[in-house]
Amino acid sequence: MALMHHLSTSISSSSSAFLGQNAFNSRTQKVSVPVKNRGIPRCVATPPTEKTVYKTKVSRNENMAKLQAGYLFPEVARRRAAHLLKYPDAQVISLGIGDTTEPIPEVITAAMEKRSHALSTLEGYSGYGAEQGEKQLRAAIASTFYRDLGIAEDDIFVSDGAKCDISRLQVLFGSRVTMAVQDPSYPAYVDSSVIMGQTGQFQKDEEKYGKIEYMKCTPENGFFPDLSTVARTDVIFFCSPNNPTGAAATREQLTRLVQFAKDNGSIIVYDSAYALYMSDDNPRSIFEIPGAKEIAIETSSFSKYAGFTGVRLGWTVVPKELLFSDGFPIAKDFNRIVCTCFNGASNIPQAGGLACLSPEGLKAMYGVIDFYKENTNIIMDTFTSLGFNVYGGKNAPYVWVHFLVEARGMCSVRFLRRPTWLLLLAAVLDLAVKVLLGLVPLVTGAMS
Amino acid sequence: MQPQVIAQNFHEMPIWRTYKMDICFPRRELEHTQKYPHAKLIRLGVGDTTEPIPEIITSAMVEHAHALSTPRGYKGYGDEQGNKALRTAIAETFYRDMGVRGNEVFVSDGAQCDISRLQMLLGSNVMVAVQDPSFPAYIDTSVIVGQSGKFREETGKYENIVYMNCRPENNFFPDLSTSPKTNVIFFCSPNNPTGYAASRQQLEQLVNFAKANGSIIVYDSAYAAYITDDSPRSIFEIPGAREVAIEISSFSKFAGFTGVRLGWTVVPEELLYSNGFPLIRDFNRIVCTCFNGASNIVQAGGLACLSSEGYLALSNVVDYYMENAKILVDTFASLGLKVYGGKNAPYIWVHFPGMMSWDVFNEILEKTHILTVPGQGFGPGGEEYIRLSAFGHRECILEASRRLKNLLK
Repeated sequence: MALMHHLSTSISSSSSAFLGQNAFNSRTQKVSVPVKNRGIPRCVATPPTEKTVYKTKVSRNENMAKLQAGYLFPEVARRRAAHLLKYPDAQVISLGIGDTTEPIPEVITAAMEKRSHALSTLEGYSGYGAEQGEKQLRAAIASTFYRDLGIAEDDIFVSDGAKCDISRLQVLFGSRVTMAVQDPSYPAYVDSSVIMGQTGQFQKDEEKYGKIEYMKCTPENGFFPDLSTVARTDVIFFCSPNNPTGAAATREQLTRLVQFAKDNGSIIVYDSAYALYMSDDNPRSIFEIPGAKEIAIETSSFSKYAGFTGVRLGWTVVPKELLFSDGFPIAKDFNRIVCTCFNGASNIPQAGGLACLSPEGLKAMYGVIDFYKENTNIIMDTFTSLGFNVYGGKNAPYVWVHFLVEARGMCSVRFLRRPTWLLLLAAVLDLAVKVLLGLVPLVTGAMS
Repeated sequence: MQPQVIAQNFHEMPIWRTYKMDICFPRRELEHTQKYPHAKLIRLGVGDTTEPIPEIITSAMVEHAHALSTPRGYKGYGDEQGNKALRTAIAETFYRDMGVRGNEVFVSDGAQCDISRLQMLLGSNVMVAVQDPSFPAYIDTSVIVGQSGKFREETGKYENIVYMNCRPENNFFPDLSTSPKTNVIFFCSPNNPTGYAASRQQLEQLVNFAKANGSIIVYDSAYAAYITDDSPRSIFEIPGAREVAIEISSFSKFAGFTGVRLGWTVVPEELLYSNGFPLIRDFNRIVCTCFNGASNIVQAGGLACLSSEGYLALSNVVDYYMENAKILVDTFASLGLKVYGGKNAPYIWVHFPGMMSWDVFNEILEKTHILTVPGQGFGPGGEEYIRLSAFGHRECILEASRRLKNLLK
């Protein structure tokens, strides 16, 4: 199979779609680059006198310099764009970036239309909202997702999405904490940790940042880390159902995780953004586990439930029982961050969020979720029928496919510099597309 | 065993800064309304817009929200940097002839959020200077990110932050000849809370000062739409600013988007760190990693704001608030008080010499049931001052004027 032949093996350093498409005016920039000593003197023509460009005296934040490349998903987007330039007639199927494609149910958009219109009226106009979110929405989130779990309305902080909340949590924790992540995991945990200064340098040979505890999740360990080999850290990021593996931790596993955190005095940041995709009977919230309120924060999002990827709405739960070592309630500090570094989610998406959680809205959301779950089944069946080891897909909208380089004799694509594990990239599905052609209408993502 | 995670250094913030200033008010307001249940409270404290958003703009948001329910109109993730058309429109509307390009504009969910993202970008090893008094978020985010030292009760200042005093005697512009060098200078003009808009000459001084010291200016122009004289509306009107400044701004006060949430930051390509690395690349990385773009519905509203019809409609609302400001300025002036601002910003800054600002706040609240903001909340340089905002329905402003005249005559 010549799947990879047209994939570039290098990761661009200017790796966002934005930067890839629009090169900077390099005439006026003088960026110092390491000079390679080739050992042989060469005669070169003397370049014309370079214009001296002004540089401030502010040092670049060394944490930013630690980051290895651009954020993952803009890089995927950049490669997609590059691919389209090379193959302008290709009908690319985007199954890479986890972007929702189906329209938002009308019961939800109607609420946002109504709120938008109300802002043009005297009675309906509202200015600043509470930074923590509108009361009704907070209450609805608490009763919809955390009923009988002892989570109250004021434990909920509405946001513009889980990715933003992850960074605000990192600001809350500060630079002096240590963190553990699942390996593999959603890149924002590691990247935000690097930016905050919690990590050491990137170690090229291991492809890991220093000072981060990477908790390996593989088929061999059921995609749940062997906690007996995991070093203590202050914070543990745990995503379940997992992006990218699709694995959902069982009640037994999460009970062990909570105990592990309790024994070590650690805080779990539990990302439950895909909980509603669960088919099995696994916990949908960490707070289903007894004792979790004393050691866990949970973050979630309307992105993948309601197609709100562009609308922007999420939430974070910080229980009152969660305390720092000096007894200070973490919720109070998170509230301070929310009031100082944020100004609340937009009132229009919040109106949409409230509609999502109405009985009609929930029913409609589940309809869309079921649609994507059927898509997932098709993809799983495709790869299974081709003889691949396929994981995930049952409890999350991600399919995790194992490409054994040696066994298949393919050239390895060193994306993320992990030769044996790959995410589904648009170009990778070149072969799969041919197989799926008869089923394209059901699978179509963002067509070019 | 509870988490063995250390508490953050910003626990040392004094209690009146524990929450954003505005948060104190619900508590104080609640106490007051419980004490005087029949008093009609007039809120001239928090700078919150009150007038409805023009329909040309809200209908664009209605349309976009509706489109999301259709296969053709549905959109998922947008560019983290913002919708291309909006970025271009911002560059063309606010930075025409200043050389700012669409790709240098980063659309956000508001200036307050951008300030934090800039602080994350800059990191904990920089030293900042702020105007004194100033919008609290510059200092508070500086503390949170770990740039500052301890808070000193006796001075009302954090260590390791330079406070550039702005008062009538120095024409509300700091004496740069005595200002210590810092890595970053936060500068808000027109100013919140003093209402003062820096002149071209003053901004030239500021840019030269930054250039001489290799500093970066973070210029907050959120109130530029309120300027009535020919004071600069953007730092990029000043030659050389592209090499030393970032500008942040917002649709909040310009378009009544305080709850809708939309703003932007301009990072010029010429702005380089000491090693020559372009700041815009790192800011882009922050935006891609710590943010996921402003809401697409809201951005559709933003684009409508910048249409000629939208812009005109918004100018009328701005004029309405500025007429409010004039009423309040005249009120205090007629009482013989020294009043500042109100000409280029929707804030009125009133001097009560020899009095503690919280005492003035309490007296005004107690006797006239008008909420204001004590100047001390904006820094030690705000002591003896009270800030009133000109946002309000006209009848409330007129009523406030009557009550103040009765109290203070």
